[in-house]
Parts: sequence; structure tokens; C-alpha cells
Amino acid sequence: MFSEIMRGLSTTFRSMFEKPVTIQYPEVKRPVRKRFKGRHQLHRYENGLEKCIGCSLCAAACPADAIFVESSENSDEERFSPGERYASTYEINYLRCIFCGYCEDACPTEAIVLGDQYELSFTNRRESIYAKEMLLVPLQEGGKPTPQKVEPGMFTRSVPVMKDPMD
Amino acid sequence: MDIALLLEWIVKSAILLLALVTGFAYLTFYERKALAKIQVRIGPNRAGPGGWFQPLADGLKLIFKEELIPSKADRLMFVLAPVITVVPALIILGVVPWGDKVTLFGREISLTIANINVGVLYLTAIASISVYGIVLAGWSSNNKYAMLGGIRSSAQMISYELTLGLSFVGPLLLAGTMDVAKIIEVQKELGWFIIWQPVGALVFWIATLAETNRAPFDMPEAEQELTAGYHTEYSGMKFALFFMAEYIKMIAVSAIAAALFFGGYRGPFVDQIPWLGPLYLFIKVILLLFGMIWVRATLPRIRYDRLMAFGWKILFPLALINVFITAVAIVFEVLWLIPVLTIVLTAIVLYFSRQAIGRR
Repeated sequence: MFSEIMRGLSTTFRSMFEKPVTIQYPEVKRPVRKRFKGRHQLHRYENGLEKCIGCSLCAAACPADAIFVESSENSDEERFSPGERYASTYEINYLRCIFCGYCEDACPTEAIVLGDQYELSFTNRRESIYAKEMLLVPLQEGGKPTPQKVEPGMFTRSVPVMKDPMD
Repeated sequence: MDIALLLEWIVKSAILLLALVTGFAYLTFYERKALAKIQVRIGPNRAGPGGWFQPLADGLKLIFKEELIPSKADRLMFVLAPVITVVPALIILGVVPWGDKVTLFGREISLTIANINVGVLYLTAIASISVYGIVLAGWSSNNKYAMLGGIRSSAQMISYELTLGLSFVGPLLLAGTMDVAKIIEVQKELGWFIIWQPVGALVFWIATLAETNRAPFDMPEAEQELTAGYHTEYSGMKFALFFMAEYIKMIAVSAIAAALFFGGYRGPFVDQIPWLGPLYLFIKVILLLFGMIWVRATLPRIRYDRLMAFGWKILFPLALINVFITAVAIVFEVLWLIPVLTIVLTAIVLYFSRQAIGRR
């Protein structure tokens, strides 16, 4: 009994000199995993056009009914996304969302992607609804903000051509 | 007795109370930090620089919490129980000197509150009062978990009190007096009593762990079995009083252990500079408290029947053996025999101890 207790005491004493494993969270953040499913992001093409074409497939795939999409017609004067239509309203209710990623799988243009942001807190239900402006990623360098005025006949295809159909 | 003497006592008592209450607050912080260190964490570090205001924040939180008294509780006893628990813890250190005589404002002041000649008897007497508070708390809450905790606590404390009392006897016999100040004086010539009483000190240490309801003997408040034991129904400041009693008792027993086995306030140069006395005592108490925290971080709570078996079948015989050998060795004036014989006998007892506490 005595030797076991002494061994235990020496183990705990030695562990005092180890480096603490604590991560000081708000100051130090651990990077998330590659396949982490955080807050959604609506992506853009390099020229600044939105990938989302307002097809509502994500809303249909959503098991929690968290996504609400309303689409409107694109024109060459006011173009938001390639093709005929764009999402004029795109809202995700984060009180409903279960972060399953089905929306990501359903999206034909890879517009909606679950990002790495996990700090989602709100104090009332209205704040839990994230509008399109909050979900859209910022413009890349060289991209122009939407709506863009484009030459007619340039963006007729809403879903990009797939290089590898198996992809 | 003149007014100045009265004033001196009041000031000394106030200083002791203040020291104990701040000591309690910072002992919780010390414990949390030390436990965190052992568990490879950082511990509280948010409130104030390095977390140093954490006890303040905890205290404020407890003050503003709702005081709840169960409707079927015995109101008088329910309110009285925490007081009965905390008062003995506060007054027990009255007989333990924190230093030699110092000269201040042209007066010679001895750094003890009450230098009574049966100091050790006072310690044992006061130490046993606090169990009343715990039993009454358990009884008056009208809650079965609190009741069980109270009963367990009383059984445990009575069992270990015997051992505690016997472990006091070793230093008493060596010093030939019950005066705590004189016991410390004797250690100047003989050396610290832990050299002469290694087993006595160990038994004292284990018994005090049980007396203060510290892990691994924190049966009365075993969370997994009894929710919180005797203070299940307590909240707010009343709970804080129980908490305070436990931690102040930790400080108190550490100071007593320092006085009886580690030379009290004595250390190098303490005769030339008497102000070093309190400092040495403080350092010794801090180290002994670390021992308590360390044991808490290491050992799991032992089962109740084994706790009793350990107390009665191992610790109590060990204390008796220690007293017997000490007495015989003092009569025949062969002091060196005490540590040798007691350690050998302890080893033998520990070898056969597995059977005694029912482990295979």
C-alpha cells in the first residue's frame, strides 16, 4: 500500500513540471480541422459574380428547414450570378441549422460551403437569421462587386462546365 | 492587567482573524492553482492579474446568492450549524505561537494570543467541537443525503480523533510539557520532532486529513454518493461558512503540525531577528498545505468501510505503538531507538495491512 501511494505521489509531482495543455481560448485559437463544418459561406467566382444561382436545392435538401431562398431574374444590366437567375434573398436560421452539410452536397455550383467559423452567438431569435450579405464572402482581388454591368451573351450558363464529370 | 494589555490582545486577535480569513480566501486560490499545475492545466487566471482577484470574485458571488432554508428544516439549528463549525476553526490557533517576543512601541509583546500551559489539550478540545456543527447541519437540513453525510462525518471524526490525540502524545512526552510554546523551545535543542517522531508525524498527518474532511477522507461530502453531504441544503453565505471552516481548519492543522513536528516558528537567525518567526511559520504552513493539496490530487476517495478499517485497524494501533515506544525510550533515555523501532514496526504493520482493510 505504502509503495503504491508513494508512486502515485511521485507521478503527480512530476506532472507539475509539464507544460500546461490549456489553450487560452479567446486569445489563442486552435485551427479547425480540414473538414470542419462551421458557419456557411456563399462563394464567388474570381470576377466577383456570385456562384449561387438561387435554385433552392439547398433549401430542399435541408433536413432542418433552416434555409430560405428567393430568386429573381438576372439581366445583363444588373448581373449577380451567371445564368438566368440569382438569389435575391438568402437566409439561414442558425437556431435551426444542424450543420449536417447536406446543403453543401446539394449545391450544383459549389456556392454554399460550410466554413471554419464556429463563434455563433446571438441574444435573440431575430439575430439568429443570417442574411445573404452576412454569408457572402468578401470580394477577391480583381473582382467587381455585384450587380455588375456585363456584355450580353457572356454569362449564359448558370452551372459551370465540369472538367471531369466524375469530380 | 492594564488597558494596554487588553488592547494588545484585541489587536493580536484581530490580526489572527484577518490572517485566517484572507488565508482562507487565498488558500482556495492556491489550491486551485496547485491542482491545475498537477493536472497540467493553468488554473484560474482571468480575474485580475494572474487571477489574483479570483477569491474576491468568488466571495462576492457567494454573498449575493440566495439564502435558502428548506421549509421543513429546523430553522434555529440550520442557522446555528455553520456558526458552530466555523468558530472553533477560527479560535483553534489562539494557542499556537507565531513568533518569539518582539519589542514594539516600547512594549515587549509575545507573538501568541493565549500562552496557556495546557495548550495541546485546548487544541484537541477545540478540534472536536466542529463535528457538532457538521452533525447538526446534517440533522437540521431534513434531507437524507445531508443526514448521511453528517452521520458519516461524526463517525469518521470520532474514530480519527482518538488517533489524532495519541499522535499529540509523542511530542508531549518528548517535551515534557503541554505548553505549545515550550514544545517549540525544546525543539531548539532536540531538533525538529519529526526526526524523533516520524511515525507520529505521519499518523498525525493522516488523522488531520480525516479531521478536516480532506481527500482521500472526504467521505462526508462525497459528491458521487451524497450530492454534497452535510451542506447539501446550504447556499450563499451559510455555505461559504462551511467552506471557510474547512479551509481555515486546513491552515490551523498545518500550523499545529508545524508547531509540534517542524519546530514551529523556529528557523535560522530567529533568535536575533524575532520578526523572522512569523515568516518561517508561514513558509512551513505553505509547504504543509501543499502536501494536503498534493495528496488530494493523487489519491482517490477510499470506501467508507475501508476508511473505518484503516482508522481502527492500522492507524490506531500504529499510534499506540508509537506512544508506547516513545514512552519506554524516554524512560530508559535511549531516544535514538524511537525512530528506528517505530519505522520498523510501521513497516511490519503496513506489510500486513492489506488483509486488515479488506483488500486482496
